[in-house]
Amino acid sequence: MDLLAILKIAVRALTRNKMRSLLTMLGIVIGVGAVIATVGLGQGAQEQVQNQIASMGTDLLFISAGSVNKGGIRLGGGATKTLVYDDMKAIVQQIPTVAQAAPGAGASAQVVADNQNWSTRITGTEPQYFDIRNWDFARGGNFTQDDVTRAANVVVLGATVQQNLFGNSDFTGKTVRIGNLPFQVVGVLQAKGQSGIGQDQDDGVFVPITTLQKKITGQDWLQNIMVSATSQDASYAAQGQITSLLRDRHRIRTGQDDDFSVRNLADVAQLADESSKVMTLLLASIAGVSLIVGGIGIMNIMMVSVTERTREIGIRIAIGATESDVLRQFLSESVVLSLAGGLIGILFGIVSSITITKVLGWSILISPAAVAAAVVFSMAVGIFFGFYPARKAAMLDPIDALRFE
Amino acid sequence: MATQAQIEVNANPVVELEGVAGATPVIAVEDVHKYYDLGETKVHALRGVNMTIEPGEFVAIMGSSGSGKSTFMNMLGCLDKPSSGRYVLEGTDVSILDKKELAAIRNRKLGFVFQGFNLLSRTTALENVELPTLYAQMEKDKRLARAREVLGLVGLGERMEHFPSQLSGGQQQRVAIARALVNRPAILLADEPTGNLDSRTSVEIMQIFQDLNDSGLTIVLVTHEPDIAQFAKRTVVFRDGRIRHDNPVKNRPRAAEVLKTMPTVDED
Repeated sequence: MDLLAILKIAVRALTRNKMRSLLTMLGIVIGVGAVIATVGLGQGAQEQVQNQIASMGTDLLFISAGSVNKGGIRLGGGATKTLVYDDMKAIVQQIPTVAQAAPGAGASAQVVADNQNWSTRITGTEPQYFDIRNWDFARGGNFTQDDVTRAANVVVLGATVQQNLFGNSDFTGKTVRIGNLPFQVVGVLQAKGQSGIGQDQDDGVFVPITTLQKKITGQDWLQNIMVSATSQDASYAAQGQITSLLRDRHRIRTGQDDDFSVRNLADVAQLADESSKVMTLLLASIAGVSLIVGGIGIMNIMMVSVTERTREIGIRIAIGATESDVLRQFLSESVVLSLAGGLIGILFGIVSSITITKVLGWSILISPAAVAAAVVFSMAVGIFFGFYPARKAAMLDPIDALRFE
Repeated sequence: MATQAQIEVNANPVVELEGVAGATPVIAVEDVHKYYDLGETKVHALRGVNMTIEPGEFVAIMGSSGSGKSTFMNMLGCLDKPSSGRYVLEGTDVSILDKKELAAIRNRKLGFVFQGFNLLSRTTALENVELPTLYAQMEKDKRLARAREVLGLVGLGERMEHFPSQLSGGQQQRVAIARALVNRPAILLADEPTGNLDSRTSVEIMQIFQDLNDSGLTIVLVTHEPDIAQFAKRTVVFRDGRIRHDNPVKNRPRAAEVLKTMPTVDED
């Protein structure tokens, strides 16, 4: 029998018991839908992570002041005062794999504009900071090296701060107050959204490092240094070179712990990427279990169907159906069942993904590969779980089958 | 009624014939035994049956239940294999064929008619008749043409799109006969074809059989009704797994004539 005739017979047999076919399909629908949605979720998260990596640059190194051990009492990260501006200058000058570096120190402060105010993080740095981090300006521009030299009262606002103080109106050139000091707004950064760990990257303001140190915190040490290497490969070499240079400069003897830490963002990125991949796999395999349960449902119904239609099978064999004809007939029924379930499941998965995106705001990426895999997998489920009942049908003894009431 | 049959004897035999077709019996059964192993006991269903059926014969097989006639019929229909002995169908020893070859024999050389009609429900008359041609890998146009032709032959040209549930018993049995004929078999096997029918419809079915036989089709009919057996050319009586009597029918009535003497019954 040709394939079309077989499919026609299969579809007709299935439409005879519409409710039963639908319920049987439901298992596959839910299974495939869940796989599509979870893989979509996982890949969405993965893509977000990858975008962030791209936006922060994989050639970045982040040096932060480390913990310090004072007579057995260890203080937290950033507690040391040993990381200083000259360390940064030395890194840029002495390490050839380093392209740029920018100092960083921060404090919390209330930013006030007219009748609005907003508590945020204030970061002191130098103009190249934005370049290193690959951050663009939405309005206005950067402060200059001259501003740094003069410790000028200029500020660059993050998008969230701008939004909370001024709404959508342009306030570059206007003045805000930080603490008791007036600062001129020179630029507003482009919104970047949440970071991989859910932090609002746009909630912050940036001032020249000198201004922060001299006028706000009164501290002359740094909390961190942002370094960009000449390339991603160079960043690994730079990591080692920076470590030995800083150990040298901080006079740390062999065997003693570093009083700083150097993190390579490429590693962090890779780790985040890796973990989201594992997460995707985990979710997909849980969803895959429901596919298997759906397959067992198909097998169950096919067994019932074979028993019910024993007489029909007997007739078919008597008029010349071979074992493989009967096998293919029942196998095609289970494949049609699972494939139809798979297709509906894909729709269901896409619809639920969109709903999740809309309601929860998670990003979801439905890849054609996941859809294709769902189709192939549901077909495989049909063949795998349909085979036993179909074989049972094909092996029936025609004499007994014809006598079956 | 368009029962003037023009049935060709199977034009495309699956297996090469031995010798000249005319000289070969359609069926040659030699010393066939059949046992069923039921654990400790052995049931002897056939105890050495010999029978030859020539082309164009119309044989009625009779016997009480347990006589072995059903077992014999299943064997003739290639649904069952003899435990020992030979069964040669149109020159081919079918007792040595594998399942796939037997399926092809059933499909192309044999036509089955059952007591319970055995049509697929929720499938139209035409589709029921078309079914064997599907398994014979026939092209679609040819399949439909054949199915329409044989349905016309049994007088159901007007009811092709009806479902079995919409047809009377006699009409259902005619659909079954059409299905048996669609692949132009060498032999028609009918297992109590009138068992579920009233007497007039039974005779009508026998008329179709006689007409088909007149046009050259070999027919083997199992029945326990002596009146029905009289329409055949030869009666064979089974008892205890052996052939007891094997006689030609004398004064064989023509079903068409008998029908004229019977009161007409309203058939929808």
